[in-house]
Amino acid sequence: MNDTPLPHHISQQFDADLEEVRNNVLAMGGLVEQQLANALTALTENDVRLGEQVITNDYKVNALEVTIDEECNRILALRQPTAIDLRLIVAIIKTITDLERIGDEAEKIGHLAVQLADQGGNDKFSALAHLGEHSRKMVHDSLDAFARLDVEQAIRVVKEDLKTDREYEAISRQLITFMMEDPRSISRFLNVMWAARSLERIGDHARNICEYIIYLVKGKDVRHTSLEQMEQTARDSR
Amino acid sequence: MHENTTNIPAVNVSALQENSTPTASLDDETVSLQVRNLDFYYGNSKALKNINMVIPQNRVTAFIGPSGCGKSTLLRCFNRMNDLIDDIKIEGEILLHGQNIYDKAVNVANLRRQVGMVFQKPNPFPKSIFENVAYGLRIQGMNDRRRLAEVVEKSLKGAALWDEVKDRLEDNALGLSGGQQQRLVIARAIAIEPEVLLLDEPASALDPISTLKLEELIYELKSRYTIIIVTHNMQQAARVSDYCAFMLLGELIEMANTNTLFTNPQQKQTEDYITGRYG
Repeated sequence: MNDTPLPHHISQQFDADLEEVRNNVLAMGGLVEQQLANALTALTENDVRLGEQVITNDYKVNALEVTIDEECNRILALRQPTAIDLRLIVAIIKTITDLERIGDEAEKIGHLAVQLADQGGNDKFSALAHLGEHSRKMVHDSLDAFARLDVEQAIRVVKEDLKTDREYEAISRQLITFMMEDPRSISRFLNVMWAARSLERIGDHARNICEYIIYLVKGKDVRHTSLEQMEQTARDSR
Repeated sequence: MHENTTNIPAVNVSALQENSTPTASLDDETVSLQVRNLDFYYGNSKALKNINMVIPQNRVTAFIGPSGCGKSTLLRCFNRMNDLIDDIKIEGEILLHGQNIYDKAVNVANLRRQVGMVFQKPNPFPKSIFENVAYGLRIQGMNDRRRLAEVVEKSLKGAALWDEVKDRLEDNALGLSGGQQQRLVIARAIAIEPEVLLLDEPASALDPISTLKLEELIYELKSRYTIIIVTHNMQQAARVSDYCAFMLLGELIEMANTNTLFTNPQQKQTEDYITGRYG
């Protein structure tokens, strides 16, 4: 298939349905991004109020997931989509699961931020802020790739995930050293470790979303394949 | 360990992975019919343009496409039904077991015995249910009542109609419902043991339940017959067929495994048509 945009459906209502569900995914993505950004600020600036706000707002993400799921069910039942329309619905159903998980991780970071503020902050860990920024950008870029159906961008995000994995490992090693040096602070360091773990998981979820985008555009399921195979799929013309 | 854990069947992961993408290929199938460079003209208008395809044996192949794309014309080429129309011209060949069915030596009556056909509207004869099914056998010269009764029963069972009509075989076939009539016509077609069954919009005049019964029947029949079905109902093509051919303006645009065609078609025209963007 060439890259020219698809013409409209004969049924304009079907177009409207697909457009609406797609917009809702982007709205959910925007909300999740905001939750993550707030959680990171709460974490790096010891902002208890913002951390609590992230915790309170998680229900909004959950509600959007349920709404979008219902819309997808309705479209499947009433429209019986095929080909790219079917792949879009399947990709959306999977994407919103990952978005909801990112929301959960952000909520978790919100909790950890509140606890860490209590424990005297975590100012020393600039590496954590860096990992947070990295993960946040991955989420942003994956949503951008979804909006523009940009396979190249999706591949770039997948590559970035390998870097976040390495950053997480480095932070773990550093924290283990700190814990050995200062056993009294182990509980604080563990909270930092869990925050880092959440950020690393967020990177994984962003990567998953990008794999669904490649499936949506190219029609090939690239989950559990190597980066080289993904790049090959991205290059293959349809 | 809990006792009931022993009841959990072992999962063969590698088998699951092998089966995860059902992409049976036409290359692996036994060929029933082969179409080569087929052109078809109604007068001066070219209805089929250089069609090349293989129809796999014991599989259901569906032809889809918008009205006037040539799918019914192509279907009718397989048992030379088009010969009955004036002012047509056919070029190219269709091979059944390696023999061109348009060869002068081919006996058309024999060909139609091998390649049976069922039409859009059920067309039972104004005779009893029994005589409708026995008709083909009678004109072949079979008159042994007991032998006829055996074949009629077997055919009606094969067409999933036996249980509904076994107590009223002598009733007029026109008294059956539309769905029953269509299955009766299929019983009539399979009574003479064809190799290939051509179905031209067989469910378009049926209600949804009769349609599902017919689709179930098609699924059962494919173990014994090669089936080609023309349908406007794309969901039906998706449900019943193993392979699917998309035609447009007399050309074969794409033919593929049905799973592939409906999830990941390779041609933009196919994509536009099956997603409802055509036109």
